[in-house]
Amino acid sequence: MSLNESFLVLLISAAVLNGTPLLFGTVGEVLSERAGNLNLGVEGMMYMGGAVGLGAAYYYEQAAGAGASGLAAVTLAVLFAFLAGAFGALIYAFLTISLRANQNVTGLALAIFGTGAGQFIGEFMRVKAGGYVAIGNDLKAVFSGSPFPEALRQLPLVGPILFGHNIFVYLGVVIAAVMAWFLTRSRAGLHLRAVGESPATADAAGINITRCKYLATIIGGGISAIGGMVYIMTIAGCVWNHEGLSGEGWLAVALVIFCLWRPLNAVWGSVLFGGLMILYMRLQIPFIPSELYKILPYVVTVIVLVAVSMRKKRENQPPASLGNAYFREDR
Amino acid sequence: MHETNAPLIRLAKRDAMPRGQMWAIRGAAFLAALLIGAVIFLLIGNNPFTAYGTILSGALGKPTAIRQTARIAVPLLGTALAIAPCFKMKFWNIGAEGQITAGAVGATWLALHWADSLPAPVLLPAMALAGALFGGVWALIPAFFKTRWDTNETLFTLMMNYIAIGIVNYLQGGPWEGRPGSQIIPQFGDSAVLPKVLGVHCGWIIVLLLTVLMYFYMKYTKQGYEIAVVGESQNTARYAGMNVSRIVMRTMFLSGALSGIVGFVVCSGADNTLHAGVAAGVGFTAITVAWLAQLHPFAMVGISVLLAVLEKGASTLQTRMAVPASISDIITGVILFCMLGCEFFINYQVILRGRHKEVTGA
Repeated sequence: MSLNESFLVLLISAAVLNGTPLLFGTVGEVLSERAGNLNLGVEGMMYMGGAVGLGAAYYYEQAAGAGASGLAAVTLAVLFAFLAGAFGALIYAFLTISLRANQNVTGLALAIFGTGAGQFIGEFMRVKAGGYVAIGNDLKAVFSGSPFPEALRQLPLVGPILFGHNIFVYLGVVIAAVMAWFLTRSRAGLHLRAVGESPATADAAGINITRCKYLATIIGGGISAIGGMVYIMTIAGCVWNHEGLSGEGWLAVALVIFCLWRPLNAVWGSVLFGGLMILYMRLQIPFIPSELYKILPYVVTVIVLVAVSMRKKRENQPPASLGNAYFREDR
Repeated sequence: MHETNAPLIRLAKRDAMPRGQMWAIRGAAFLAALLIGAVIFLLIGNNPFTAYGTILSGALGKPTAIRQTARIAVPLLGTALAIAPCFKMKFWNIGAEGQITAGAVGATWLALHWADSLPAPVLLPAMALAGALFGGVWALIPAFFKTRWDTNETLFTLMMNYIAIGIVNYLQGGPWEGRPGSQIIPQFGDSAVLPKVLGVHCGWIIVLLLTVLMYFYMKYTKQGYEIAVVGESQNTARYAGMNVSRIVMRTMFLSGALSGIVGFVVCSGADNTLHAGVAAGVGFTAITVAWLAQLHPFAMVGISVLLAVLEKGASTLQTRMAVPASISDIITGVILFCMLGCEFFINYQVILRGRHKEVTGA
């Protein structure tokens, strides 16, 4: 057995593959929560992104026929998934920011609506297509294969771990890095964090709270939704699979806590969670039933949540105004 | 402020609105939701009138259909009742899903071990008690950390859901598995199954009873009053000499216990067994039920029936008109959005620039 097919390398590859949808879901939700909006609709937005992203790739291939370009398909899938999520987040933003509805309840309503909409669109496309939405093998390979040349991927150890993943892994890492830079190093990011910590103070400093919250929620929702598309197009093999997708969004909400609202932590956090999700298939530990592995991500998250609240380190706390609507007139 | 700086749209809090107007706004929002639903039906090429008609007749047209609708409404109502005191206290318990599941585990534990040796009149109350205890303790864990270290309860209770469901998954494939390899917990013995009244398991009587009890608890008891005060302002509650931590933990235990009883009702009455999908999203939907009802127990009855009608009707829609049943989730979502949004127009008034000159001039 060569090094590149050794147990550990395969495990890491699988962990990265399964963690990537979570990475998108988490990074998007981090942006939203950092602005003080606890959007519990991630699950719904990921469903919408998954169904719409699949639809975009499918109908593009139908229209373009044999000349379908992989790059265009990937771009369209990302774009439409983003728009679907942004639409869901827009509803949430309008209700919670402009109409001041309760964030928890609105988020749950979005989760219900989004899972329904995603499933409906997925099912509807399946019926329209005559039973099966199938994407050609060439396009499938573009979505799930590595963008790097064969020579790089064959390198021992480095090949599969650095160059062997699908294109969305790299996209996700880039988005997380940009997000980290934006939140900690840019002026707009500083403003956004101020809004999330203390909207009244930010308002007094002349920051446009409404605009900031809207943008954070909508862009964050769009990024989260890309995660749903990534799940459908890579792990589920370009077929609508609502059972597989279910729970991803809630896991992403957990990962936001686990990574302490920091996008760069989400990169390794998502690999860890992805690994925990599939560990039961690959590693049998005596005395620990495999079903119990699956709750590990949640248990670990609870432990982190409790530890953080016990230690009371200021920089590790949830954004102070998380979950609260801001009424300027209401002080 | 100079008059020229007055914003185009201003908002002001309204004083109490007349009841009639309030219900007119809510009614309009509901109609708007149905209209949006009609547009969706049109978009996918169905006649909205036939579609809504099918939903109604599918859910309420026949006695068997009504029974099935009632079976959907029972856990929704029960869980909404459970959530109400927490939300009144502004303690965002979104862990009902897990508390239902934990309660079902407690009830099932007794059912599997005592169904052969105990008669129903002894076993069923014991199962209900076990369900309440398990659900209550499951809810108490996040409440303890909230009061002791201010751990975020929304996120904690959310995580507890998946831990509870994971444990049932384990029980299903492990210690409680029936036939080896089946991943299914055996059906309960007869004495562990809730009897039927009017063709539906008697859980509906239990939740209706709980509705009345919860109404009195919230409105006329000292504990209900304490919950309301803590919800309005924890400082006021402290100043008045209330032990806020104790109230929070007590209320969470109560909430979890009620959810646990719902878990018992579902596994004993409806499913006759325990499986990981015992809560099936009810914990989340019930939150929206409770909130739309403004935490008023009697209003929850109507709203849970409405959502149950939609869900049952949509499954008929799928069989008769080949519309995917997930349309019910979409319409439920749209109704929720509209109802959540309309509260704004009840609580606030929108003032356009140019009106109320005398106010800006003063």
